[in-house]
Amino acid sequence: MTQPLLELRQITVSFDGFLALSDLNLSLQPGELRAVIGPNGAGKTTFLDVITGKTVPTGGDVVFKGRSLIGTREHRIARLGVGRKFQSPRVFEKLSVQQNLALAVSQPKQPWSLLLGGLSGEQRDRVHQLMSIVNLQNRCDWFAGALSHGQKQWLEIAMLVGQNPDLLLVDEPVAGLTDEETDLTADLLKSLAGDHTVLVIEHDMEFIRRLDSSVTVLHQGHVLCEGTMDQVQADPRVIEVYLGTTEEDNG
Amino acid sequence: MLQVLQQRRWPLVLFWVLIVAAVVAAPAVLPVFRLNLLGRFLALAIVALGIDLIWGFTGLLSLGQGIFFALGGYAIAMYLQMNSSADLPNGIPEFFGLYGVDQLPGFWEPFHSPVFTLIAIWLIPAVLAAVLGNLVFRNRIKGVYFSILTQAALLVFFNFFNGQQKLINGTNGLKTDVTQLFGQLVGSPEMQRVFFWLTAVVVILAWLFLRWVVRGRFGDVLIAIRDDEPRLRFAGYNPTLFKTIVFAIAGGLAGIGGALYTVQSGIVSPQFMTVPFSIEMVIWVAVGGRGTLVGAILGAVLINYAKSLVSEAMPQSWLFIQGGLFILVVTALPEGVIGWFRGEGPGNWLNRLGIARRSTTYPRLDREGQEEVQP
Repeated sequence: MTQPLLELRQITVSFDGFLALSDLNLSLQPGELRAVIGPNGAGKTTFLDVITGKTVPTGGDVVFKGRSLIGTREHRIARLGVGRKFQSPRVFEKLSVQQNLALAVSQPKQPWSLLLGGLSGEQRDRVHQLMSIVNLQNRCDWFAGALSHGQKQWLEIAMLVGQNPDLLLVDEPVAGLTDEETDLTADLLKSLAGDHTVLVIEHDMEFIRRLDSSVTVLHQGHVLCEGTMDQVQADPRVIEVYLGTTEEDNG
Repeated sequence: MLQVLQQRRWPLVLFWVLIVAAVVAAPAVLPVFRLNLLGRFLALAIVALGIDLIWGFTGLLSLGQGIFFALGGYAIAMYLQMNSSADLPNGIPEFFGLYGVDQLPGFWEPFHSPVFTLIAIWLIPAVLAAVLGNLVFRNRIKGVYFSILTQAALLVFFNFFNGQQKLINGTNGLKTDVTQLFGQLVGSPEMQRVFFWLTAVVVILAWLFLRWVVRGRFGDVLIAIRDDEPRLRFAGYNPTLFKTIVFAIAGGLAGIGGALYTVQSGIVSPQFMTVPFSIEMVIWVAVGGRGTLVGAILGAVLINYAKSLVSEAMPQSWLFIQGGLFILVVTALPEGVIGWFRGEGPGNWLNRLGIARRSTTYPRLDREGQEEVQP
């Protein structure tokens, strides 16, 4: 087994005594596609906050490419190769689609290099390629704020891909998307896995099934179980805390 | 977005031609008193440009720009005082005699040098802004807390300068109009004319410089900081660095504006660091149009011109008018005059007159069929 790209070791996050995450262990292999599910309040978003440096855990360690991320500031973690898409789409609304993507692909992200030079031809091609992937090429001069919800979701995913991170953390990418858009998003994420390591947090079970990836179930701040979608759905503990209600609804 | 601008390009060109013509013609047609006022307002426009950079583009509302403005003013005034006091007893500026000081305080010494002074005018405020700004930004103090801190810093500086008679003549300030530069009296009409030209040139240079800064990706990052700073961090950018840089630029510009204002008003005093004055600076930008560099210049010049005209006619009424103007802008024209002009405002009027092209709610709807868009 190769060295994992990301490893969370006994992560505990306590907000004034409330344990958002307790003794959470998780590891991701390079190129893996992993889905994380869990009922509301299971700590899914906190878990991303810990990896990206937004929240400093009370205990435990996050190891990315063999180095600890604890105490590293957000932008440095991002530069190390961790990209994040937020739950509700967060794009820069007063910038055009093209400008949003240009900021994502810019390299290096230092003030002087942004002041003194434009995008390289290669980066410009990348922006256009990203726009065509997410079908926004005829919106390139629109303010991102004028896009529909689904388009913003996609723009943010495109920005995430444009950063070219090794690890993509995708928080609820299909919330508010149509079925067709959901399918396209699943295909996009699957195509990214392999070259990138992708971790998806979702509520939409059909979407997770489509991803055809291994699934980690979070419950009350720790990992309840891991396995394929079928294994997980068959697990009595999971049915009890989470899927049970869904099954009944469907039945 | 660019196309919208291109459609409305002709009024913009006309507008610029008129402005440049007015500035060029001003020395010929205006009496020295009016010309001097215009020159001062242009100096204030330089400060306003800096405020527009940090507030309009980056979202940092500083209520303490008076600090940097006054520091620039003090730097040039100290040089001019030194330059004119060689024949005086002790060879030090006259006011020291009032407080029985016969030894020049050490920090005055470098201001013997014109080169040092020219650098100090912008570098001291810029470095101070960078240090103060960095302390605040790295601790992620934002929004109204940042504004309060800048105002508190302003009060500290005001009280310090106001109380230090033996160092910088305290509340009386330093006079420059009776000092000499190149063998000429600084307050003389000839010199004032030169300062007017110099100020006009610096305004244009500052405007060009900031235009270069805000266009392109650096400017995009500033807007991103204004609109969603935490998100920007996750894209790999360090907002603290960008904020420190623009705050330093704004501080440097305020220093240059302060120096040019001082030589044209004839005095620098702690009055430059009063709370209302720094708030006024913000109002100029708000009225002119946040996020539009031209708006900052116009706001500073027009409001100050209105102020002097109104104050001559009805001395008591200006504060009410200024307050009313601010309320009007906040409620009715949140984008300021220029922002409104560029937005929907006058377009509708021009439409009705059949001058401008009609723009619908979705300007690009007619382009929908064309899948290929210019690269």
